[in-house]
Amino acid sequence: MILGSINPAVLMAALMVAATPILLAAIGELVVEKAGVLNLGVEGMMIMGACLGFIVAVNTGSPVLGFVGAACAGMALSLLFALLTQALMTNQVASGLALTLFGLGLTALLGQRYVGITPPRTPKLDLGPLSEIPFLGRALFSHDIVVYLTIALVAAVWWFLNYSRAGMILRAVGENHDAAHALGYHVRRVRVFAIMFGGACAGLGGAYLSLIRVPQWTEGMTVGAGWIALALVVFASWRPWRALAGAYLFGGVVVLQLNLQAAGVKIPVEYLSMSPYLITIFVLVLISSGKARGSLNAPGSLNRPFHASD
Amino acid sequence: MIRLEKRKEPSTFWRIANPFLAVALTMIAGGLMFAALGKDPIAAIRLIFFDPIFSAQFGSFSRPQLLIKSAPLILIAIGLAIGFKANIWNIGAEGQYIIGALFGAGVALAFFPAPGWYIFPLMVLAGAFGGFLWAMIPAILKTRFNTNEILVSLLLVYVAERILAAMALGLMRNPDVAGFPGSRDLRRYEAAHNAELIAGTGIHWGVVAALIAVIFAYAMMTRHMLGYHIKLAGQAPRAARFGGVSPARLVVICLGISGALAGLAGMFEVSGPAGQVRIEFASGYGFTAIIVAFLGRLNPLGIVLAGLLLGLTYIGGELAQMMLQLPGASIQVFQGMLLFFLLALDFQTNYRLRLTKGARI
Repeated sequence: MILGSINPAVLMAALMVAATPILLAAIGELVVEKAGVLNLGVEGMMIMGACLGFIVAVNTGSPVLGFVGAACAGMALSLLFALLTQALMTNQVASGLALTLFGLGLTALLGQRYVGITPPRTPKLDLGPLSEIPFLGRALFSHDIVVYLTIALVAAVWWFLNYSRAGMILRAVGENHDAAHALGYHVRRVRVFAIMFGGACAGLGGAYLSLIRVPQWTEGMTVGAGWIALALVVFASWRPWRALAGAYLFGGVVVLQLNLQAAGVKIPVEYLSMSPYLITIFVLVLISSGKARGSLNAPGSLNRPFHASD
Repeated sequence: MIRLEKRKEPSTFWRIANPFLAVALTMIAGGLMFAALGKDPIAAIRLIFFDPIFSAQFGSFSRPQLLIKSAPLILIAIGLAIGFKANIWNIGAEGQYIIGALFGAGVALAFFPAPGWYIFPLMVLAGAFGGFLWAMIPAILKTRFNTNEILVSLLLVYVAERILAAMALGLMRNPDVAGFPGSRDLRRYEAAHNAELIAGTGIHWGVVAALIAVIFAYAMMTRHMLGYHIKLAGQAPRAARFGGVSPARLVVICLGISGALAGLAGMFEVSGPAGQVRIEFASGYGFTAIIVAFLGRLNPLGIVLAGLLLGLTYIGGELAQMMLQLPGASIQVFQGMLLFFLLALDFQTNYRLRLTKGARI
C-alpha cells in the first residue's frame, strides 16, 4: 500500500518545516490586522525576504545575516505600504496589491544572477539526547532553530496581544480607531509599527523558503505562500495559537501531497499540487460560513482608513 | 507644520492629471534604476516608450504588436473596473483568463479538423463561459458563505495554472508530435484561427471585442440603472442596501462580467497571437490589467489609454531586452512603480496640504 511507505515521524518533521514559512508570515499579518490594517502585500514582502535573504546569505556566507537581511527587506517594503496607507491615506487593498506586483518584479530583477546557486547551509539545532528519543526525536527535535523560534514567536505574540499594555493599545486601535484616538493613543504610530513587524515576519518567512526549505532562489518562488498566509489569519479567527494549528494542518496537506507524488500515485502531479490551494479555499469557506462564525472575530476597524480630522 | 486636510469634493483636476504625473515619475525613477544597472537611462526609456511606435527600424514590426498586447489588457481591465467601482475585488483575472483560453481551445480541438463557420463563434462563447464559471466560484462562495473574494479569486489563479499545465501535458497535447508538451497550433486550423482582420495592423477579433466592451461599459456605467447601482454600492453601501440594491446580486454580476471578459481575452489570445495551449501561456495580463484599471481611473475611456500605454511597455520591454540586454523583469518593476506613484499622488485628489501656524491641536 502506498501510504504504508510513508514514515509518520519523517512526515511530522517535514510538516513542521513546510508550515514554518507561512506561519511566520501569518503571525506577522495577524498583528497587522489586529491593529486594523489589511496588508495584502504579504506575498510581495515574502518574496523580497526570500530574495534579499538569499543574496545576503550567499555573499556573506552566513545564514543568520541572511535572515537579518530578509527581515530588513520585508520591513523596508512594508514601510512603503505604511507611507502610502498611513501618511497618504491610499486604499489599503490597492496598495497591498501594488506591493505584491512590485516585489515580484523587483526580486526577479535582483535575483537574476543568483539562480542555480546553493546557499550556505543552516545547521540543525543540536538538542543532544532529545533527538535520540525514538519517533519524537526525529519528528520534533531534529530541526533548525528557526522552527523553534517561530513557535516561540507565536507564544510571544499571544502574550503580547493578551497580557501586555502595548498589546491592549494595539487591539484598541484595531477595534475602534476613533475611540482609541479619543483616548489619546497614537493610531498611526501604532499601525506603522504593526505594519513593520508584519513586514519583518513576512521577510523571515520568505528567507526560510529560499535558505532552508527549498533551498535555492528561483523567480516567483513563493508561489502563493503569502496569500495562503493571509487566508490562514482568517482561518485562525485572528488568534495566534489557531494560526499555528492552521499552519501545521496546511503543512500536513503539503507534505502528504508531496509524499503521494513521490510514491507514484496514479494522479498527475499537476492535480496533486493544486491541493494546498483547494484545501485553503475549502477551509476559508468553512470558517467564514454562518455556523463557525470565525469571521465575526475580525477587528472592527479592519481595512478602514483613519484620518484624525474626519 | 504641514498637515493634510480633507477636501469637500475630490479634485477633478488631480484625478485626471495624476496618471500623467505618475507616468512621468515612473520614467524618472525607472531611468535611475536603469542607470543603477549600468545602462544608459535615456536610451532605455526611449526604447521602451517611443521606439516601438516611432522608430523606423522596429516600428513596422512593433506597431501592430501594440494592439495585440493592449487588447487583452483593456478587455480584462474593463471588467475589473466595474467590480472595483462597487468595492468587489476580483484579483484572479489571470485564472479566468487561463480557463477561458482552455475552454475556447477545447472547443477547437474537439472539432479538429472539421471545417465550419460556426466553430469560431462557439469558441468565443466557450471562452466567455469558461471565464464566467471560474469567476462564479469566488462569487458564489462570497454570497453563500461570506468568503473573502480577494483570497479565493487569487488562490484560484494557482489552481488554474496547474490545470493549464495538466492540459498542455495531457488531455490537450498534440497527438501528432511526440515528446513535446503543448496543443495543436490553432493558427494552422483555419476554422479556429483568430486571424489578423486587416493585414499589418494587428487588429484581430479580440481588438474588436475590446472596443465593443469599452462602449458597452461606458453606456452601462453612465446611462443604465445597473451602472448607477454599482457606483452607489461602492460609495455608500448602506444607502444602496436601503435603496433596494442587493449586494449578493451585484457580487454575482460584477464577478460574472469581469470573469467572462477575462475568459474572452484568454480565448482570443490562445486562438491568435499565442496559437496553442502551452505551460507558459499565462503571461500576467490578468495582473497587469489591475494596474490598467487603476491608471485608467476605472473609466472606460481612461482604460483604453492606460491599456495602450502598458501594452507599449510590454513591447518596449521586449525591445530593451533584445537591444540593451535588460532583464525582462525590469518591465514588471516599471509597472509596479507606476501603480505606487499613482496611489501616492492620489492623496492630492482627496486631501490638500495646508500649512498651519504653531502646534497642532
